[in-house]
Amino acid sequence: MTALERPRMSFWKAVFLAIVAVGLVLCYVRFTKGLGAVTNLSDKFPWGLWVGFDLLCGVGLAAGGFVITATVYIFHIERLRPVVRATILTAFLGYILVVSALMFDIGRPWAMWHPLVMWNPHSVMFEVSWCVTLYTTVLFLEFSGMIFEKLKWPRAMKVQHAITLPCVVAGVLLSTLHQSSLGTVYLIVPGKLHALWYTQTLPILFWISSVAAGLAMLIFESRLSSKAFGRQLEMPILSEAGRVLAAVLGVYGALRVYDLGTRGMFGQALDFSYESRMFLLEFVGGLLVPFVMLLFPKVRANAKWLYGAAVLTILGFVTNRLNVSITGFEGAQGGTYLPSVSETLITVFFVALGFGAFALGVRHLNIYPENEEKHGAGTKTAKPEVGSAIEATAAAPVVREMATAVRIPTA
Amino acid sequence: MDTIPTAKSRAILFDMVRCTGCRGCINACLKTHDFKGEAKDTTELSATAYTAMRTEGEFNVRQMCRHCVTPSCASVCPVGALHKTDLGPVVYDESKCIGCRYCMVACPFNVPRYEWNSPVPAVRKCDMCIDRLKEGKPTACAEACRFGATVCGTREELVAEARKRIAEDPDMYYDHIYGEKELGGTNVMFITPQPIESLGYKAKLGETPLPNLTWNVLEKLPGVVVVGGAALSAFWWITNRRDEVSAAHAAAKHDATNGGTHKASGENDHDRA
Ligand code: SF4
Ligand code: SF4
Ligand code: SF4
Repeated sequence: MTALERPRMSFWKAVFLAIVAVGLVLCYVRFTKGLGAVTNLSDKFPWGLWVGFDLLCGVGLAAGGFVITATVYIFHIERLRPVVRATILTAFLGYILVVSALMFDIGRPWAMWHPLVMWNPHSVMFEVSWCVTLYTTVLFLEFSGMIFEKLKWPRAMKVQHAITLPCVVAGVLLSTLHQSSLGTVYLIVPGKLHALWYTQTLPILFWISSVAAGLAMLIFESRLSSKAFGRQLEMPILSEAGRVLAAVLGVYGALRVYDLGTRGMFGQALDFSYESRMFLLEFVGGLLVPFVMLLFPKVRANAKWLYGAAVLTILGFVTNRLNVSITGFEGAQGGTYLPSVSETLITVFFVALGFGAFALGVRHLNIYPENEEKHGAGTKTAKPEVGSAIEATAAAPVVREMATAVRIPTA
Repeated sequence: MDTIPTAKSRAILFDMVRCTGCRGCINACLKTHDFKGEAKDTTELSATAYTAMRTEGEFNVRQMCRHCVTPSCASVCPVGALHKTDLGPVVYDESKCIGCRYCMVACPFNVPRYEWNSPVPAVRKCDMCIDRLKEGKPTACAEACRFGATVCGTREELVAEARKRIAEDPDMYYDHIYGEKELGGTNVMFITPQPIESLGYKAKLGETPLPNLTWNVLEKLPGVVVVGGAALSAFWWITNRRDEVSAAHAAAKHDATNGGTHKASGENDHDRA
């Protein structure tokens, strides 16, 4: 990912517009000619890039929304409060994009509302669709505060404030449910999904890795917007996020290894077959390396290295979701699936829309604390805004406990 | 959520030993549904072929929906577009379907097919000729079979028939009714000359219906919501209280040293943000 820089904004704008134009054309083809005209989906691979990336990764990468609101509002870790807005905006945009991308993927998007009235409580997909609908509403309510603030509607802001806590609790519950349920989706295919990925612990693994992805996205976005708009978060906050991220990756990795071990899968994990190589890519490159990197206080204190670790974590997360949804099926289904060019371009189209919407948000809403409009990274002054009395008592222990659980030296 | 195979539900028995490979069943199915294909070319299921036949060595391997007693496809469908009827067939209601294709992913036998090139696509699979069954007629494929290789009847009758055939000619048959117990049972059962895995069918499926794997998790969720909701609220209350106490504490100290009338603010979420 090349960093966005001011003088080149017009170039990126042109790229953006080109992608949008291509996206709209493909949109027309998709809805007049059917899925087969734009995708490589088939009866053997009914789910491809749009489910594997747009849905699974989209939802996971937007997990920062519930992770950060829970950390700040429920556990009162005040140091992360300046991050709340950016993550809520990301999550809200993320979910809108996921739902839009699903309109492309499902065969009959005009029937998308059916699960709300035609119930099948035995279906994970039914549960996921309810959770996603409700959670998007919750995110909208959380996000609306920023709009009301912009519009200067004090009454509406007050109402929005009053419902913040119930929203946060509901948001955390709904997220926990559907983040894990995306893993539960695959529990019904023991005979089809390769044993390196098929495990009864999928729901838990999906949930923990979504927490990691949410945190990594936070670091990633802050860096991008610092390059593009000169707005970013303070380095101490990002380092803190990096420390928690290390703890989460540690827990996730340990559970993954334990699970593979108890199922006697080490041999298959290391035999360098196609599946094994894809697994190692995900596990070593996207989990072990960033985890070890983040153990070093020096890495966490350096904007570039921290960003590197976050990018690796995100790539590892994406690889994992694609492995579960695509790689893991190729053996049993006898064949390979690679997305078509059009299919990929439509995904790129959605990612571009996401970047565009986020850029608009950063520019027009009060997303990052204002006193930090500076260019370049690593030059910020560290000045926690919020009451340090609180921090000394309630806030620190939780993070510290999480960090010491995996012996991370406190920066 | 175990469903017990109902003895009286309709079923199909496919006897690979008796099958001559004449493809009468395939032809009958194509004709009944007005599909264009030729029976001899129909070797794979498709959106316009609800049954197909491949040759595996000297044997004819017939493919079709198994009409599982506890069907994965119906259990995963978010809108209940697929469901198991008391009569036996697992049927599909196009008007409910949203096109998520989870049924295709979930089916352990890779049966459902999709209309990939239609702007208004639907899932397609064998419906066990439910309209004929309702009239008391056998399925089209069973009616067409002149060798008793595809037969239609109640599940109970057909299990008995299969046992009888195996017992009468133990040299010709492998002693197993495929589909009697697999994945909790299916309404389409096979008897074969060899173990099923050597014939290109999926084997080692176990006897537990796959939807149980999902249900084991789903049934815990209400508990997660109640306990999780309570725990989150409790956490919030504790941390909030701690903040209030320490803020009051700090303010009291402040008062003591300054002798001022500064009031403990009891700061909470609503004042900040
Ligand atoms: S064979 Fe597949 S499509 Fe047919 S009932 Fe069973 S799960 Fe459903
Ligand atoms: S594709 Fe249609 S029938 Fe299949 S699971 Fe989705 S909604 Fe149900
Ligand atoms: S039961 Fe009917 S739909 Fe199914 S394969 Fe036989 S003829 Fe075709």
